[in-house]
Amino acid sequence: MLQQIIQTLPQVLVDGLTLGFIYAVVAIGYTMVYGILELINFAHGDIFMTGSFVGAGMLFFLLSIGFMSSVPSLILFIIIILVAAIVTGVLGVGIERVAYRPLRRKNAPKLIALITSIGISFILEDAVRFIAELKTGNYILTAPPMFQHRFVLNVHSVFPFFNNATFQSSFLVVSIVTIIMLISLDIFVNRTKWGMAMRAVAQDRETASLMSINVNRVISVTFFIGSALGGATGVLFLIQYGTIDPYIGFILGIKAFTAAVLGGIGNIRGAMFGGILLGVLEMFAAANLSIITNNAMDSGYKDVFAFIILILVLIFKPEGLFGKAAVEKV
Amino acid sequence: MIKTWFEKFADNTTGQIIFFAAYVVLTTLGLFLLSDSVTAFLILLLSLLILYYLKLNIKIKWALGLLIIAVLVPFAASQGSSYQSFMDVGTLVLIYVAMSLGLNIVVGFAGLLDLGFIAFFAVGAYTYAIFGSTQANHFMPFGHYPLPGDTFWLFIPIGAIIAAIFGILLGIPVLRVKGDYLAIVTLGFGEIIRIVLNNMNKPINITNGPMGIPSIEPPRLFGIAIQNASQFYYIALVIFLFAIYIATRLEHSKLGRAWKAVRDNEIAAQAMGIPLVKTKLAAFAIGASFSGMMGSVFAAKQMYIDASSFTYLESTIVLVMVILGGMGSIPGVILGAAVVIILNNQVLTDISNTLTQLSASGVISVPDALSPAKMQRFIFGILLVVFALYRTKGLIPHKNRVFNVSKLKREAAAEKNKYKDDPEVEGSES
Repeated sequence: MLQQIIQTLPQVLVDGLTLGFIYAVVAIGYTMVYGILELINFAHGDIFMTGSFVGAGMLFFLLSIGFMSSVPSLILFIIIILVAAIVTGVLGVGIERVAYRPLRRKNAPKLIALITSIGISFILEDAVRFIAELKTGNYILTAPPMFQHRFVLNVHSVFPFFNNATFQSSFLVVSIVTIIMLISLDIFVNRTKWGMAMRAVAQDRETASLMSINVNRVISVTFFIGSALGGATGVLFLIQYGTIDPYIGFILGIKAFTAAVLGGIGNIRGAMFGGILLGVLEMFAAANLSIITNNAMDSGYKDVFAFIILILVLIFKPEGLFGKAAVEKV
Repeated sequence: MIKTWFEKFADNTTGQIIFFAAYVVLTTLGLFLLSDSVTAFLILLLSLLILYYLKLNIKIKWALGLLIIAVLVPFAASQGSSYQSFMDVGTLVLIYVAMSLGLNIVVGFAGLLDLGFIAFFAVGAYTYAIFGSTQANHFMPFGHYPLPGDTFWLFIPIGAIIAAIFGILLGIPVLRVKGDYLAIVTLGFGEIIRIVLNNMNKPINITNGPMGIPSIEPPRLFGIAIQNASQFYYIALVIFLFAIYIATRLEHSKLGRAWKAVRDNEIAAQAMGIPLVKTKLAAFAIGASFSGMMGSVFAAKQMYIDASSFTYLESTIVLVMVILGGMGSIPGVILGAAVVIILNNQVLTDISNTLTQLSASGVISVPDALSPAKMQRFIFGILLVVFALYRTKGLIPHKNRVFNVSKLKREAAAEKNKYKDDPEVEGSES
């Protein structure tokens, strides 16, 4: 049994990393918004989903005008991911304007904002479904394959107790793009003036506004960046997994939130780590659950693990692995 | 001019009674004659809302309301071919009202946002479904299943109790988290329950997994099998009345006031000696038991259940009912649930059918994707956003019970005087 698990480990690691990168970037969107507004932006998962649909739409459009044959697919991919990021970024800013800012002005209870975000997520799901169904007749889209070249990672010859792992070139694209996004975000938040303003607003909104920081604009920028990253990840999801539907955002969003909580909510590096950890754990569970439990449980339970991790972390270590414990002042 | 007339009407009880009687008689006749008209059905149901706003004695209101729900609506609807479908919607309304009253206790009274509420409904439904079908044969070492339909009545309290136990099981760990963390933990809990129910077909087949549990025994009453929607309507009605009774009694009880205190300020409530743990657990348990009861009714009515009826969407729909009606307001929540269910199951389907017919005949062309029956999420999403932004208190805002302050003062003074005259009592009281 143990041998079997070890044998498949490289493959699990490759698949888990792919999924983990996606979780990590989406988790950043949650963590940034939570860090500043203390709001679980339920709509973020659906912004991710919208991004993947915008990407698919662009892809189909560019294919239909025969763009794809003339340029290499890497350039095509960069165009698509940029368009998706900008569209979802603007969408995120719009959502903040329409749904969250009025509540902030009224000083409404936090739960009300949470309820609005659930509403927004429903609206997005149905709007995307509607548009997709109207254009293509089916709301489940399958993208034409890109980056399908298969590689074999020859682990077996180095470590004979491992099996070989295979991956597609899309795995490389996903990893490289996410690493670029993560590093540039880290630089942005820690090194630039806007990043400093963002951290200041997250620490204390009122004091920040006294230091001549335009709080509303900082919040808008945060939403733009978080949503743009989410939308870009949607495109990555599209090229990695191929098939998308309007309801992928919910479950992926919850898992990304779990990742954010795992790494300590509000902590951007924590969210990156939490996402990757969660992705690997989930893939491990999906691959080995039936072996470990002797067929009593199968991979149908893999989603349960994310939720159990979420609940356990929230109950026993709500500050996450890397967060600071918040002291509640009365 | 209209305003003065309206004000006059608001004071004129006799006028109101006459108007209301005329309205009810006319709309009943309307539904009776235009037997399949959904509009007539809805207009008749509107009478209940009018009744709520009339200035009458509360007991008379209840009697009239019961008369309308229990006698007039079924009678007037019974003429047409859509009798069963009307009663089906009616039963669903009653089921969801009871459930949203349960959620109202958790969200509205105690202020604990629960996004996995449908899990308790699922627990209640599966409890009856497993024992009311051959499913229990797979794992029960004794007994012969399905249990006869007569035992259904036992399963209503059993469903309530098991759901309450689950509510407490959820509550114990969840008590350590607050606010939006609580919301997301309950969401996770709801999803866990659904996924587990969906996968528990091995190693021991308990829930039959994704295949669901078919052919659930219909309930039996004095040897008659209850199978029609029109018969289930009365079962649901009885539980509905029970739920309303419990909810209204609880609202102003010691426990109810403790819930509201916890909702408004947890720390202050604790300082006033309210046991937080017990109060919150009671909210979870009682709220859950409401939906557990209705879960068994739902299973018996559908005769087939699977885990797909208990998704996150359903939890949110129940939440929409509470938000739409008004958090913490019992009449509001009843109205909210009725509006959502009728909108979802009657109005939207009807509009879609009409649109399909119109597009078939070529009058207008509406793409299938836009069919309102599919726009559930969109409509509920908009309802959630609009009500959260512009009418946080819902359709019928919650009202605190008004106390006559001067009367209370007088009573308190009288009490004091009494003790002054009788020093012994004062001594023993302190």
